Amino acid sequence: MASILAVDDSASMRQMVSFTLKGAGYDVTEAKDGQEALQIAKSNSYNLVITDINMPIMDGITLTKELRSLPAYKFTPILTLTTESSGEKKMAGKQAGATGWIVKPFNPDQLLATVKKVLG
Amino acid sequence: MQQFHQTFFEESFEGLDIMENELLNLDVGNADSEVINTIFRSAHSIKGGSGTFGFTAVAEFTHVAETLLDEMRDGIRQVTQESVDVLLKSVDVMRAMLTALSEGGEMDADNIASVQMELEQLLGTEGTAAASANTESDNNSNENADGWLISFRPHVEMLRTGNDPVRMMYALAELGEIETKADISELPSFADLDPEDSFIGWEITLKGDIKIEDVKEVFDWVEDECDLDIQPLSAPSETTISDTPPVVAESSAAAAVTPSPAAPAKASTAKKNTESASIRVGIDKVDEIINLVGELVITQAMLGQVGGEICNDDGHSSTQMEKLLEGLAQLERNTREIQESVMRIRMLPISFVFSRVPRLVHDLSGKLNKKVNLVTLGEGTELDKTVMEKIGDPMVHLVRNALDHGIETPEQRVASGKEETGTLTLNAYHKGGNIVIELSDDGAGINKERVLNKARKNGLVGENENLSDDAINDLIFHPGLSTAETLSDVSGRGVGMDVVRKNIKSLGGSVRVDSVEGEGATFTIQLPLTLAILDGQLVKVANETFVVPLVSIIESIQVKSANLSGIAGKAELYKLRDEYIPIIRAHSVFGMNDSTESLEDRLMVVVEGDGKKAGIIVDDLLAQQQVVIKSLETNYQRVDGLSGATILGDGTVALILDISGVIDMFKTLNTPPVNPDGEGSNIAEQAA
Repeated sequence: MASILAVDDSASMRQMVSFTLKGAGYDVTEAKDGQEALQIAKSNSYNLVITDINMPIMDGITLTKELRSLPAYKFTPILTLTTESSGEKKMAGKQAGATGWIVKPFNPDQLLATVKKVLG
Repeated sequence: MQQFHQTFFEESFEGLDIMENELLNLDVGNADSEVINTIFRSAHSIKGGSGTFGFTAVAEFTHVAETLLDEMRDGIRQVTQESVDVLLKSVDVMRAMLTALSEGGEMDADNIASVQMELEQLLGTEGTAAASANTESDNNSNENADGWLISFRPHVEMLRTGNDPVRMMYALAELGEIETKADISELPSFADLDPEDSFIGWEITLKGDIKIEDVKEVFDWVEDECDLDIQPLSAPSETTISDTPPVVAESSAAAAVTPSPAAPAKASTAKKNTESASIRVGIDKVDEIINLVGELVITQAMLGQVGGEICNDDGHSSTQMEKLLEGLAQLERNTREIQESVMRIRMLPISFVFSRVPRLVHDLSGKLNKKVNLVTLGEGTELDKTVMEKIGDPMVHLVRNALDHGIETPEQRVASGKEETGTLTLNAYHKGGNIVIELSDDGAGINKERVLNKARKNGLVGENENLSDDAINDLIFHPGLSTAETLSDVSGRGVGMDVVRKNIKSLGGSVRVDSVEGEGATFTIQLPLTLAILDGQLVKVANETFVVPLVSIIESIQVKSANLSGIAGKAELYKLRDEYIPIIRAHSVFGMNDSTESLEDRLMVVVEGDGKKAGIIVDDLLAQQQVVIKSLETNYQRVDGLSGATILGDGTVALILDISGVIDMFKTLNTPPVNPDGEGSNIAEQAA
């Protein structure tokens, strides 16, 4: 089954994302900031990375850039979690190399639909 | 979703604490962008979480605060004292809303609305106009189309953002009947082909009753990375809906791969590692482990005792006996280590208490028109969670007190040659098995004369009685003594300091004050690190074993009759080197029969509680051991002079003495209830 790396500094969001995806049969690994995610990503491989944008230590935009610079993550779908209010954040994510975004707040169904869109 | 609520509440409250602290740290006029970023991030997380978990009211309110913070973060809004104050109020509102949600209470709608109004006013008056509405002029006049003709040509780099055209085809195929025609005219010769680039374009015919939004959604993420043209199948070609005119396509693609300079710059400053790896566990689980370890300690003590007896009884020390003793010694070491480690789980840094202070100082100094600089030291010093929870209120009171009575107004300070801004210092450190918290200010100090006059007026001190400076300062902890010239709503009703001392005493700690008039005062609180374990000296009184806390024992001596002296048969004093201490006969305090009246050659444990010394007469000194405290209040009821009980190795129960309590009890036993002239009162105090 496809493996997903879920990155968010908020434990409750992380739990929600992880719980939803695991329920749909995905293999989920959690990370609490960009730096941790990057380290985990380097020693494992994932089919999809879902990351929050505003995080301490390393934000989601930097994480996306860093991941894209790794050969193993050149084409891996990366989705950013963003709020409607931040239209420029969507673009910042895209410019850093993100595949797309999921608009917060979202419910589990929306999350699964979006994940399906990139994982097929 | 319900199962995530608890986590959400916990992290939101933490986030609010962070916001509050950082807001207080914010240097108005010269704000640190990293600090603003941290505040913004907390608000942002709360907004995101509350939206996701269905707490719309919180999300809506937080959104307004977040917008304000976002403008500060982007530098389009100055950080003013006014906005910081409103944001602090917002933190309070958010905290109240979340508390109401988590505990099922009512929200104060009026307050929420009024703070939200303040926020909106700030945003409306100075802020840049609300984000220019993204007027997407989607003319959905083609809903009746039979289908769509889509021309889709990805830019060369599209694959590098992880967007796969094949997945888009699948997504389109789910909407309706699809027919695709690939255009490979751009494909270079194999030798020049870079497999990571995309060269193919498609003409897609999508048939069916499909809304244009659904078609557009498929290409939502790539609209800047491709040339896209969507036309209704049946309609004439004038109603073309084109997202990106082919002419500007190249430049927009270039923009897409050029990294924005703003993003990495922000990211590199976003480095502040305050988090350490931790897990969240319920306190009940920890307490259960602590309780079990407590039982383990008791069992270990019992085994040690029995093992020792067996080896002594047999007389012959076979190798097996030696091994048994060795094993028991090892067990003792391991048990002790487990116990220490488990106790540490409950320990939290004192910063949890200290972090409440900056807000308090901020609010109070504003209210009192004083200038105060707060310095905190030793925030990492750890102490037990329960002790921490209970020390919060006394600390708050002491801080209020220092600001209200201690630190003077800027004018007074300048007049007495001090700096305009006063300093309040909080310091915490470990000392022995205790944590010491010092709270010192460089204010006026305690006005001894006023305290003494007041005490004389209230009959606490006799007219001709002379007290040492320390004793006078100590009077401020006396119930009903307030020297504030006028009562303020900050402090000064005289109901505080005695409660502070009482609360600290109930934690097994002590508080004292040192003051130099005109230079300031220092309150020193000493607290045990944990309430669960105690190093005790076992003593025998008649047939009972009692535990005397080791921290309160100064020494143990054998009574010499030459040093005994009695005052009018009421109380006995003992001359210990150059001071006299009262003698407490444990037998009489606890109503047990003493075999002999004479004190000659009896054992006396010299103890100190609350700064007062006394000698307790006991029958025998037994072992020193660590005991697990079992609360008398939980299992029985509160008893004066006892702080708890413990179970000894042999299974018997031993009572733990509360030394200050015993000294107080002894005083009441030996002091006439009415004492108009103040003569001969408080023998213990005089002797001390």
